[in-house]
Amino acid sequence: MNAIFKHGPSPQHRLVLVLFCSALLIFFDHKMNSFESVRGYLQSMVSPLQYLATTPKQMMNWAAENIVTRRQLVADNEQYKVNELVFHEQALQLDIVKKENERLRALLSSPLRTDTRKMVAEILTVDSDPYTHQVVINRGANDGVYEGQAVIDDEGIVGQILHVGTTSSRVLLITDVTHAIPVRISRNGVRLIANGVGVIDQLSHSHVPHSADVRVGDVLVTSGLGSKFPEGYPVAKVTFVMQDESHAFARIQSQPVAKIDRLRYVLLLWPEHSESTVINDSAAKIIENQLLEKGVSE
Amino acid sequence: MTLSSRLIILLTFLVALMASIMPLPLSVDAFRPDWVLVVLLYWCLALPARVNVISAGVMGFILDVLLGSTLGVHAGAMAIAIYIVAGNFQKIRNFSLWQQSMIVGVLSALYHLIVFWLQRFLTDAVFLPSYLYPVITTIILWPWAFLLLRKIRRNFRIK
Repeated sequence: MNAIFKHGPSPQHRLVLVLFCSALLIFFDHKMNSFESVRGYLQSMVSPLQYLATTPKQMMNWAAENIVTRRQLVADNEQYKVNELVFHEQALQLDIVKKENERLRALLSSPLRTDTRKMVAEILTVDSDPYTHQVVINRGANDGVYEGQAVIDDEGIVGQILHVGTTSSRVLLITDVTHAIPVRISRNGVRLIANGVGVIDQLSHSHVPHSADVRVGDVLVTSGLGSKFPEGYPVAKVTFVMQDESHAFARIQSQPVAKIDRLRYVLLLWPEHSESTVINDSAAKIIENQLLEKGVSE
Repeated sequence: MTLSSRLIILLTFLVALMASIMPLPLSVDAFRPDWVLVVLLYWCLALPARVNVISAGVMGFILDVLLGSTLGVHAGAMAIAIYIVAGNFQKIRNFSLWQQSMIVGVLSALYHLIVFWLQRFLTDAVFLPSYLYPVITTIILWPWAFLLLRKIRRNFRIK
């Protein structure tokens, strides 16, 4: 230990260097978004650490699953059998309704909906940073995950993919301050935007006129606008409505339907490559042609 | 500074990084102590010529990647906290354990406030008192982390 004679640059110089670097990083990452691709590589580099950090939790889960009494298992099994019966009956009903819906849609000549591709993913880590609401899942570019992909759990929308690594990727939750999602009220179709506010069980809706028909208890589903999220998945339930005329807009808050604070498995959705896109394409072509014609005539 | 002692220092940093991203229940999560800051502070007090502002910047950067925050936020905050210790390590070394805890608490509060200010500047975050809960647990953690890391340092004769 020879701290009497200092080596290298003084602490001041080091501090200036580090602060300069971090200022550059903040500027280029936040303002210019020039780290989008690099983030993917960084995510892949640190993913072993994330896998390692989650082992204690996995061991606990394993123990909780394996150390149960026989009686508990039998009871669970019984419950699952009852559930299966109920779900099977519902599936039969759904099948009939689906066919009917397809027929009606065909009559109206609107695009048919096909089943979307889905994949189950497991949560690796939940961020401890209180300023961002993100989780890391164990699926990455190898599984075909892409940026902006919709992520749901068994109850509703959870968020979207933010950065993709090779074997893991990062999900931005709908409650993050920087996230907003287009929704509509399933009761009457009023369109709103659900903003995250940085609180795990709250979303807010800005710029809603006082005349909008919103009531406490309304279910908000994705509207499919913006084509990021597929249409019709539940997002939140309205918990608070204040139509005070002294403010410019009504104050509306809602609570996410998905159990965002206790996620374990999530579903990744791939968009449906069906006729709808084809029809959109052809519509776009028609509009383009018309515009061209107009341009020519002018 | 032999290779093995370098490896051991790196290992302590790895464990600290893992502890700071380990999944915890939501109610406990707000109280997660600043593992990385504590380990950095210890090594900076023990070996200021080896672990100092630059290492703090690097660790902060890795933390940024792990936490998904804007790159550079934790790096800058960590570097400032360690700079204060690197300038005063001879004084702080001679303090008793609980006095050191208090100083670590102040540094941890400074670290969290810098991170908050940067986040406020970047994303309009709103201050919640829960952002400073880790300071309490960091103060409690310091004496134990100090004794453990000193034992490790003496055991492996890291100089």
